[in-house]
Amino acid sequence: MSFTITPHAIDPEALKSVLEAAGAGACVTFEGWVRDHNDGAAVVALEYEAHSAIAEQEGAKIVREALERFAITTARCEHRVGKLAIGDCAVWVGVSSAHRGAAFDACRYIIDEVKQRVPIWKKEHYRSGESGWVNCATRVDAPENA
Amino acid sequence: MINVTARYFAAFRERAGRDAEALTTSANTPAELYAELARRHGFADSMTRCKVAINDQLAAWDVRLSAGDEVLFFPPVAGG
Repeated sequence: MSFTITPHAIDPEALKSVLEAAGAGACVTFEGWVRDHNDGAAVVALEYEAHSAIAEQEGAKIVREALERFAITTARCEHRVGKLAIGDCAVWVGVSSAHRGAAFDACRYIIDEVKQRVPIWKKEHYRSGESGWVNCATRVDAPENA
Repeated sequence: MINVTARYFAAFRERAGRDAEALTTSANTPAELYAELARRHGFADSMTRCKVAINDQLAAWDVRLSAGDEVLFFPPVAGG
């Protein structure tokens, strides 16, 4: 599986081991961490939800596209779901290649496409006690027909 | 009119107050069904920023719905 959704803590070292290859001269990894602020609001925790089956299908498609577009050896991506604390790793991308340029480009391609295409949603919990779904105009607390 | 099941995720689920519902609809496509459900539940997201899946496969908004389809409505994604 080149793309996985997991409810468990991401283990970068274990994921990285699948990238090893005798012909690889470069390894680029990206980690997305939970930060304590967004758009000026203090964030205390994040909650990720996914449609796992479709997310893994679409994520695997993105990794295949990266393998076709860039001169890379292997690529792997994992995204966590559930409730995460500040500093937790939410997403990990790793790419190995013969030369560094392709690995940097492919790693960037994968994370950018994942953020746009894979059915994963993020709810921010704010210090104020409120919460909100990122990127979403549908407000949960809005009165009907407001 | 056909019978379908609508499933909601993330903000849509919370806004609708349920994760799924059985519907009898005159909608021919997911786009028409989304318009109907957006009015009913107050979904404010433009369809172009959302995604739809039918029977667990991502689908286009303009395909024809069939009786018994399970239609999954995905609000704007925000992975990473």
